[in-house]
Amino acid sequence: MLKIFKEGLRRTREALQDRLDQLFSKNEINDDFFADLEEVLISADVGVETSTKIIALLGQRLREAKIKEAQKAREILKELLIALMDGEKDRSLVFAPVPPTVFLVLGVNGVGKTTSIAKLAYHYRQAGKSVLLAAGDTFRAAAIEQLEEWSGRVGAGLIKHQSGGDPSAVVFDAVNAAAARHVDLLLCDTAGRLHTKSNLIEEIKKINRVIGRALPGAPHETLLVLDATTGQNGIAQAKYFQEAVPVSGVILTKLDGTARGGIVVAVKDLTGIPVKLVGIGEKKEDLQVFDPALFVEALLG
Amino acid sequence: MLFGGLAEKLQDTFQKLKRKGKLTEKDVELALREVRMALLEADVNYRVARDFTAAVKERAIGAEVIKSLTPGQQVIKIVHEELIKLMGETQSKIAPPSPPPQCIMLVGLQGSGKTTSAAKLGLLLRRGGHNPLLVAADIYRPAAIQQLETLGRENGLPVFSLGKERPLQIGLQAMQRASREQNDYVIIDTAGRLHIDTELMDELKGLKEGLKPLEILLVVDAMTGQDAVNVAGTFHQQLGLTGVILTKLDGDTRGGAALSVRAVTGCPIKFSGLGEKMDAFEPFHPDRMASRILGMGDVLSLIEKAQQVVDEEKSRLLEKKLRSQSLTLEDFLEQLQQVRQMGPLDELLGLIPGFNRASKAMKNLSVDEKELLKAEAIVKSMTRQERLQPEIINSSRRRRIARGSGTTVQDVNRLLKQFGEMKKMLKQFSSMDKSRFKKSKGLFPFIR
Repeated sequence: MLKIFKEGLRRTREALQDRLDQLFSKNEINDDFFADLEEVLISADVGVETSTKIIALLGQRLREAKIKEAQKAREILKELLIALMDGEKDRSLVFAPVPPTVFLVLGVNGVGKTTSIAKLAYHYRQAGKSVLLAAGDTFRAAAIEQLEEWSGRVGAGLIKHQSGGDPSAVVFDAVNAAAARHVDLLLCDTAGRLHTKSNLIEEIKKINRVIGRALPGAPHETLLVLDATTGQNGIAQAKYFQEAVPVSGVILTKLDGTARGGIVVAVKDLTGIPVKLVGIGEKKEDLQVFDPALFVEALLG
Repeated sequence: MLFGGLAEKLQDTFQKLKRKGKLTEKDVELALREVRMALLEADVNYRVARDFTAAVKERAIGAEVIKSLTPGQQVIKIVHEELIKLMGETQSKIAPPSPPPQCIMLVGLQGSGKTTSAAKLGLLLRRGGHNPLLVAADIYRPAAIQQLETLGRENGLPVFSLGKERPLQIGLQAMQRASREQNDYVIIDTAGRLHIDTELMDELKGLKEGLKPLEILLVVDAMTGQDAVNVAGTFHQQLGLTGVILTKLDGDTRGGAALSVRAVTGCPIKFSGLGEKMDAFEPFHPDRMASRILGMGDVLSLIEKAQQVVDEEKSRLLEKKLRSQSLTLEDFLEQLQQVRQMGPLDELLGLIPGFNRASKAMKNLSVDEKELLKAEAIVKSMTRQERLQPEIINSSRRRRIARGSGTTVQDVNRLLKQFGEMKKMLKQFSSMDKSRFKKSKGLFPFIR
């Protein structure tokens, strides 16, 4: 797993490497050093607010430890970022003591919700669990067909209604079907939504309520999918969804490009939602548990 | 609101500047630091933001600004001009399809909105009198072909697909069909891919060589962060883009990526997708966008939107009615429907100069699309006679109307009262008594 994760982040690192080497090879820590560090962080989409905070914290630590060499600052920065990302946290997904377990997957348009669900389904199928998918995206053209194709490929069941139907009804049927068929895991897809459309947010609330009513204690995980190429809007996305339903974790997708995914640092800092999983490729195997140490390591080279 | 966050931040900064009668170099620097922060928070690329503020500073610190009577205004003017420069000075159009058929390739990362944009662009071109053909060449993503086919069917646009044939084969055969069927534009929806995926980029290069497209448009999600420059830069380097389509500009997207992409590739932004509805797709006007970002409003776009949906004949008739004060609920219904055709209300209001600030000042001013729908339902539940003579609506009629529209008697009462007030106000309006006009409450029942 480490290898794949590192491979995925390799390009990210290469892009940053030169600048960081330059940054940390400087002999002295001065204003230029902090300005350069700001550029590195902001260019990784960490955002102005969180970057400013990190820089202030680093400055304070360096002063306290009376560190003057840039080389040593790198280790401190690493520690600081890992702590910010909750380095010690257990990131395993929560399963119900008695099946079925229900995961609800949310996100705006085009972040890779359906693909992430397929990857999750594949992973748990490989682990010998029975998986059912709920085609809750009844809005986008051919979204149901897309999930149907995946369900065939990974060997998971599918509950669907017609396109344009009520997503809550789909999910309700799916929870009941999961219980009746003694399925281990139910993964609920939802329509991509711009988080500012309030009726769509209401719809999410309703879906969440319906799941809870059909199966007390469910959903056991509510996962928000964030695209690594997303900029500061990711914070708004996390905040809006969190306002609607309690979000238990982030799935960070598309980390295999040149995007650095620094937005999750800001999301963690400003909303407290931890990253749980990372998607680093297009193949169905390419879903990994998020490792903060590796993430930071790869980010800072 | 389009570019909402950025606009708000910049307007606050400039409001502070405007109040100053005299500007020192330090004032300008302080304001520009805030501009830089606002740009960064809007995802404008770090270096682009730095260059931008440097350019503004160089001009703003010049003597003529500081000595001018309205230094704050001068700085805003410079920022405005530089913003326009950054976004491309004039509107860029799609090249004419001569000789037809000509091919337009849409390329971009996964999830940027290519398939939806293909259909939206097709619809826009058809409105302009063209006969476009959509081509489903995304053979990798499950059900991508079905998605384009569904969108084509729903909007009456022809779609060409060959299943999972090689994309170049699909493209070539589509061009042949376009010649036969007299389609002038052929819009190719390619598969999403990472800019660093050499294999898939080679496929696009092959498509480009085989099809000799008129336009290669990069589809960029307006929510993209700092990486936008890498993505756009690489696509441009490999394919030679002719323009950019910016998608998902609605929501609270700040859209700073748009500025960066233009600055890095030099390719103009040609279109922007603003909503989930198929007709929410517009040519991009850099000058108007710059005004919008700075909160100067965009009256031109508003007028254009109105012209699209308002029938001139009808509006002359309406004007006559307004003057003779014989406005009925029938006219009211028609107006409601026209407003709704123009697009989401909050987007429309954003085009009005100063509205951003005004809506911030009046926190309780909220626009409720639902109220509009409700009003429409109520009027629709009335008989024709009731619409023409609202005074005959007694309590039993009110109950029937409420039941018919799924509202309450109170809702019906409110609407009738508002309509009465509106008529009264129009009366005042036509007699041009402005002082009394101001005292009245809202003109529109759906703005509270």
